Parts: sequence; structure tokens; C-alpha cells
Amino acid sequence: MHELSIAQSIVESVRAEAAAHPGARVTRVGIRVGDLSGVQVDALQFSFDVIVRGTDLEQATLDIERVALQQHCERCARDFPVVDYTLLCPTCGAPTRTVAGDELQMTYLELE
Amino acid sequence: MERVDVRQNVLKENDRIAAELRKEFAERGIVCLNLIASPGAGKTSLLELTLQAFVGSRHKVAVLTGDIQTERDAERLARFGFPARQITTGGTCHLDAAMVRRALADVSLDGVDLLFIENVGNLVCPAAYDLGEAAKIVMLSVAEGDDKPMKYPSIFSRAKLMLLHKVDLLPYTRFDLAAAKADARRVNPGIEIIETSCVGAPGLQAWFDWLETARARV
Repeated sequence: MHELSIAQSIVESVRAEAAAHPGARVTRVGIRVGDLSGVQVDALQFSFDVIVRGTDLEQATLDIERVALQQHCERCARDFPVVDYTLLCPTCGAPTRTVAGDELQMTYLELE
Repeated sequence: MERVDVRQNVLKENDRIAAELRKEFAERGIVCLNLIASPGAGKTSLLELTLQAFVGSRHKVAVLTGDIQTERDAERLARFGFPARQITTGGTCHLDAAMVRRALADVSLDGVDLLFIENVGNLVCPAAYDLGEAAKIVMLSVAEGDDKPMKYPSIFSRAKLMLLHKVDLLPYTRFDLAAAKADARRVNPGIEIIETSCVGAPGLQAWFDWLETARARV
């Protein structure tokens, strides 16, 4: 249950960014959560709601985009979606590298 | 309404501190290893025997050990004469880079060439936090079951080394060694795997050899 610490980091980042827009109210926060990030999105949503309750961010919506795990095989020169966390290339069996799905990013803020 | 792009890692502050720690470790010639496992897997026992083996050697070791409560692990680990410092998280289920930096302020790293960080017992949350380590090491004891690599892919995919621990208990469990290894390699084709036990065969020699190799790489 590290989602509470992660939600706290998100709130700190939102406040740091919002400070550059005095007078504006944050209405929406975009987050990308990769399947391999180890973050459980329901727990993240719950933690965010608890932290912002009673603050100026209370009305802000957390927009969580889940990102499926995507690997790249050098030998086949192609990306492929990962099934059941098997990171070997389904075509040639070679080891691959992650191109998407391990991220935990804040992507945008909406202000009004 | 205005939309502002702010693409950044949520844990960027942690990552920034971890990068500073990694730089400091590199400058001092310290290999830092982040040991991650479930509660009761055998992390502290492994470190006890590891420190014991390093007594009187040319290596100087230091240990940070994380727990939610109690100083017990640091007391166990301090007996060997190397610096050992407890990090009590007070409820937090993982260590982060800021906790490591704070703890290191009380530890003399002079001459240290190997720093172990024993994370809080947990296979989930510690995976997300970079501590500035050279490698994450995941330990799986055979009493926990062979299905863990597929159940906790995040940590198994990020670890450089898996210790299959307490293999002396294999005759008393249904743990499928080949399946556990195959699954670990499915989520992490490059993972190195060593079988270890603190009691009986095969012991810890392969682990000590791995540490020597890790030291030599610096």
C-alpha cells in the first residue's frame, strides 16, 4: 500500500506546477500508470481523494490512464503487446526491452 | 479552461535523490545492493552470515535495514563490527531514497566498499522506489511458493539477481524449482539466479562469489 505516498507525491507536484499559474484552480490531473509500475489504480484514486479532502484540490479529478505493457524485440525490429508478463519475444524467443507499461507519470493539468 | 502539459515522473523527487546517491556511491567505489523479499524470507539471516563471512576480509561492509517498527535487525547485524543502522519507517511499507540519505548521515562510509540495504519485507511497494542501488536483489524462499515471480512481476522484472533461498527445505515443500526459475526468466530474461540456504547445503558460497564479482565490476 504505497499508493498513499505516491498520491502525496502527485499532490506535491500538482501544487508545484499550479504555483506557476496564480489564481487558477486545478480541475483535472492526468496520470499514466503502467501495468508494470506496481501501482494499484483503485488504491491510488482512494488515496488521492483522502489527501485532497478539505483542500483547494478537493474538486480536482484524477484522470488515470492505464498503460499496457509493450516490449520491443531488436532481432525482429518490432513492438509487441505482452501477454501474462512474458517478456520474451513471441516470434523468436529473444529477450526484449520495455517501451511502455513501466511508467508512473503525471501528464497534464487542467486549470480554470 | 487551460490544459498544461507537465510530463514528469511522479516519483521524480525520489529519483533525483537516488541519482545523487548513485553518484556518491560511484565516486566512493561503493557497490550498493537493495535486498527485497517478503517478511520472513530470510533477508536478515542471510546478511548476518554474509557479514560474518566478511569479518577479517579486505572488504568493509555497511548495512541499512528497514522495518516498520523495532531496532531488532540492526542489533542483530551490528554484532559483526560493521556499521549497521536501522531505518524505522513507522508504517511505511517500503524505503525511499530520502530515508536512505537521512540514515547515511549517521553512518561513516569511509573505506566501505559494499553497502547492503535491507528493504522492508514486501514484494510490491519497494519495486517502485530507486534507492541509488547498483542492483536490486529479490529473494524468494521456497516456503513461500513457486508462483511468486508471476504474481509480483514488477519486482522480479527489475531485479538483477534472484536468490532462491532456504532450498534446504525443498524436500518438505511442493516448491517446483524449475518452474520458479522459468517464470522468473519469463518476466526477466536476463535475471541471474542463485540457490542459497543459511542452514545446510548448498550454503552461501555462490552468493559470496556473486558479491566478489559485483565488487570487481566497480
